[in-house]
Amino acid sequence: MTRRKLITTGLIATAGASGLAAAAKLAERNGLIPPDAGGLYGAGETLTYAAQRLLTRHSLAREFSRGQISQQPFANAVAPLGEGFQRLQAGAFADWRLGVDGMVARPRSFSLAELSSLPSRTQITHLACEEGWSYIAEWRGVPLSRILDLVGTLPQARYVVYRSFQPGWWESIDMADALHPQTLVTHGMNGGELPVAFGGPLRLRVPRQLGYKSVKYIARLTITDSLKRFGKGLGSASPEAGYAWYAGI
Amino acid sequence: MADAVAGPTSVPARSATAGRPRHSAVVRVTHWLTTLSFLALLVSGVEILISHPRFYWGETGNVNTRPLFQFNIPASRSTVPTGYGYVLPDQNGWSRYLHFQSAWVAVGTGLLYLVFGFFTGHFRRNLLPAPPDRSLRGLSASINGRLRFRRPAEEEAGSYNVLQRLTYLLVIFVLFPLVIWTGLAMSPAIASAIPAAVTSLGGQQSARTLHFCVSGLLVLFLLVHVLMVSLAGFRSRVRAMITGNPAAPMERR
Repeated sequence: MTRRKLITTGLIATAGASGLAAAAKLAERNGLIPPDAGGLYGAGETLTYAAQRLLTRHSLAREFSRGQISQQPFANAVAPLGEGFQRLQAGAFADWRLGVDGMVARPRSFSLAELSSLPSRTQITHLACEEGWSYIAEWRGVPLSRILDLVGTLPQARYVVYRSFQPGWWESIDMADALHPQTLVTHGMNGGELPVAFGGPLRLRVPRQLGYKSVKYIARLTITDSLKRFGKGLGSASPEAGYAWYAGI
Repeated sequence: MADAVAGPTSVPARSATAGRPRHSAVVRVTHWLTTLSFLALLVSGVEILISHPRFYWGETGNVNTRPLFQFNIPASRSTVPTGYGYVLPDQNGWSRYLHFQSAWVAVGTGLLYLVFGFFTGHFRRNLLPAPPDRSLRGLSASINGRLRFRRPAEEEAGSYNVLQRLTYLLVIFVLFPLVIWTGLAMSPAIASAIPAAVTSLGGQQSARTLHFCVSGLLVLFLLVHVLMVSLAGFRSRVRAMITGNPAAPMERR
């Protein structure tokens, strides 16, 4: 290697390294680093999440015609929900509560009747499972942004953590998805109530991400500025089980 | 004396053509990065396939609907009817992480290669059929000769023949773009930003099916490619793709 080549290589390497460091800082400041960015696959995840946040922040999931609704939708079975759930089910979920806490001015909880009385949105969207299968259904619910408005979400909020009635099942989304008009706290499906198999009485539908982000039986929302204090700090139960936090792929 | 000006470390045995490597450094580096990422995509892709070895056409498909075709292999999910009495362990988590990270490596490598290929004339010089083969008659004569195993002319030995050139062009400019497109079309976020990328393929499940088929063609290319390299002389060809020179200096004497 000649001296000139050595100097050129050195300069390029230095410029590349400092460029990367500056890019990482800029990405962090603009919320482009996913919570599971550490580890072996962090680079790929960060590229995917950052690229999609830059390109698809406001894009709307495709909506379909009534004729395209799947005649035979499918839902993966979940572990037995336990006696507590059965008691609520026996009472037609009249005592079901969706608690909202964290970085909000007015923490409170909503009953199903209260949620049903709020202005709802109906949309026919695609649900794709990470396994490879999919279906189209009509979903009715309250936009999550409406609920965040009602509780007075503080300006420093960056994520919404949502938990299932099923212990250990929790997810989180960033504010781009939380405030997205198609992110629904869903209580109806295909013209009726949301069946238990599909997540009834309440499911958070996030149509721009894979099915596992649409957690069934949601019972609690927590608004936060950092995911570090939740679980192992990876953002949700999915990365703890080896799956990506961001599922827009 | 003529040898002495060939380079600062002049080796007397070096021939005049030794100054120009068989493959340029960018071609060699991008070749092996593509190899590595393609193998990772293949392994992880097969793992992802195993969780639902059924394929559909249109927007939707699940175990309640009729598949277009399916593989009679055991699955990693109990919900898929396979006819086997057991379920394979779920490997989808790391498979998906690895698949998308490798896809980034493959796409980045591909972009580097494309920029290099267009700006240095690599595509024009090495991959576009040679000038006599650019007419239909010339092309068919060349292919005919090739299929009859006519021995190539001496000057051709250091470059690609017309069938190789057409195959590489097909892989680089048709199959790789298609596999990237059909892969992206499965992403719900990309579908929201560019709906036409999905609807023009016939739907999200069609995109998945096409992604599988194009991957199959790429695997077929890989197998034939490795077979051809083996028949042509595995050691010297692989050495040329690593060091740039087909033979070590000792063998050239």
